[in-house]
Amino acid sequence: MTTATKTFKRNNGRKVDETREIRAEVGIIPNADGSALFAFGDTIAIATVHGPRTMHPQHKQDPKKGVLRCNYDMLSFSVTERKKPGPNRRSQEISKVTEWALAQAVDLDDFPATVVDVNIIILQANASTRCAGINAASLALAHAGVPMKELVASVSIGKIDKTLVADVDKEEEDNEEGDGATDIAMSFLCNSEKISHIQLDGKITAKELDEAIELGWKTCQKIKKIQEDTLKKVGEEK
Amino acid sequence: MNIENNLTKQSVLNYLNENKRMDNRKFLELRKIEIETGISKNAEGSARVKFGNTEVVAGVKMDVTTPYTDHEDEGTLITTLELLPIASEEFESGPPRIQAIELGRLVDRGVRESGFIDFEKLCIKKGEKVWGIFLDLYAINDDGNLLDTGVMAALAALLTSKIPKYDEKTEKVQFGEWTNKKLPLTKSIPITMTFYKIGDKMIIDPNKVEEISADGRLTLALSELDKRLVINSMQKGLEEAFTKQELSKIFAEAEKKHAEILKKLEKLE
Repeated sequence: MTTATKTFKRNNGRKVDETREIRAEVGIIPNADGSALFAFGDTIAIATVHGPRTMHPQHKQDPKKGVLRCNYDMLSFSVTERKKPGPNRRSQEISKVTEWALAQAVDLDDFPATVVDVNIIILQANASTRCAGINAASLALAHAGVPMKELVASVSIGKIDKTLVADVDKEEEDNEEGDGATDIAMSFLCNSEKISHIQLDGKITAKELDEAIELGWKTCQKIKKIQEDTLKKVGEEK
Repeated sequence: MNIENNLTKQSVLNYLNENKRMDNRKFLELRKIEIETGISKNAEGSARVKFGNTEVVAGVKMDVTTPYTDHEDEGTLITTLELLPIASEEFESGPPRIQAIELGRLVDRGVRESGFIDFEKLCIKKGEKVWGIFLDLYAINDDGNLLDTGVMAALAALLTSKIPKYDEKTEKVQFGEWTNKKLPLTKSIPITMTFYKIGDKMIIDPNKVEEISADGRLTLALSELDKRLVINSMQKGLEEAFTKQELSKIFAEAEKKHAEILKKLEKLE
C-alpha cells in the first residue's frame, strides 16, 4: 500500500481492502438450469443460466462450439431515480463486457450450434452492479453444470482522492474531494490469473493502476473462495 | 397447440377427471402464499410474492408530473409488467409482447378501477403538478398464474410505499429521501382471481402445466365498496367460451375466495 492509503477514511468504517458484506446463494430460481444471487452489501444481483440449447436464430449458430450470450438489466426501482424498464445503451454495453469477462472461463466445445444464455438482473443498486452481476453469473454457470475451466471473480477498485479502496459503494463513487473518484471494475479468470474484464473512469497514474490491479486480484481471490464455499454447499442441505 | 402440450393436457385432464390435481390440491385451493416486503431499498415500496414456485417482484417509484387534462386534480398511475428471461426459458429479452402487455394492463385495471389509490390526494397543484406512480412488476419464476401473483405483489408494494421528499422551492423530488407519509390508499383492496377452464373442469391458481392446458380463463378483480363486494374489472381470455351458468358459478366462488386472500394482505397494514 502507498502512503496515501492513510489519508482517506471510509465512511462505512471499512478497511481499504475490505469489501462490503458478501452474500452468495445458488439455486434460487427453480425454472433455471442454474441460478445464483450475489450481493455486495446493498447491491444485489441475480443471475440465471439456460442451456446449452439450440441457438436461434440459426445464423448465429457456431458449428464448432456453443456460444455464451449474456444479458444484464437493472429493475426500474433498483435505483433512487426510476430507470425506464427495458434495455438501454448502458445495459447493452455491460451485457457485452460481461459476456467477454466470462467467455474464456467456459468450455462449450462439446456443444456446437447451441447457446448458453446468462441473464442478470439488478434487484437493488448501490454501485458495483456489473461486478456483482459477473460474480452471480459465474456462480450460476457453475451451478448449471456448464463445463468451466475456472471461476470468474469481479470487483471494483476505487481511487478515492489518492486512496485505493476495494468494492466501491455509491457514496464513495460520488466523492469529489481532491482527485475525485476513479472507479476500476475488473474481473479475473481465477486459475489462469488473467484479467478478462477491466473498465476505468476517472484519473489515475500508471503506477497507481498497477497497485489497483494488485488489490483487485487479492480481493478477487477472497471472492473466489466465497464462490467455492457456496458451490460446495449444493446438495449438502437436508 | 403442439404435440407436447397435447400430451400434457391429456395428463392434466386425467387427474381432473378423477377430481384430483397433480399436486394434490383441491380445484379451488391456492398454493402456499409467501409475501416479503421491502426487498429493494431504493424503491418507494417493494415486495416479492410467491404462489408456490411462481414468483413476482413489484416496486413503486414516484415522480412529480403533469396531470392528464381530463383529470386535472388527480395523480397518475403507470403500470408495467416484464416477463424477464430469468423467469422462464420461453421468455426473451426485448420489448414486451402481447402476454406481458395483457398482464400489465390487467394489473393496472384491477388497481385503478377499485379506487384503491386515492388519486385526488396525490394532487400538488391542480392542472399543473401531481404525483405520478410507477408500478413496475417483474416475473422472476413462472410456474403458472403470474397474474394473481403479480397483483398480490403490486398490492404489497403499494401498501408499504412511502412518498419521497419534494422541495417546493426548487420544484424537485429528492430521490432517495422519503417522508413518513404513506401512499393515500383506501380500504378497497382489489383482489384478483383467475379461474381456468380445462375441459369441463374449473380450477384456480394453476401451475404452469395446468396453465398451458387451459382452454379458457376468466380474471376478476373484487374489492369492498361500502361493505358490499363489487367486481371492478374482468377479462375473459383464450378461445373457449363460457356458459351463463359457468360464469354465475365463478362469480359466487370469487366472492367466497375474496376474504381468504384479503386476510393475507391485511397483515401488511
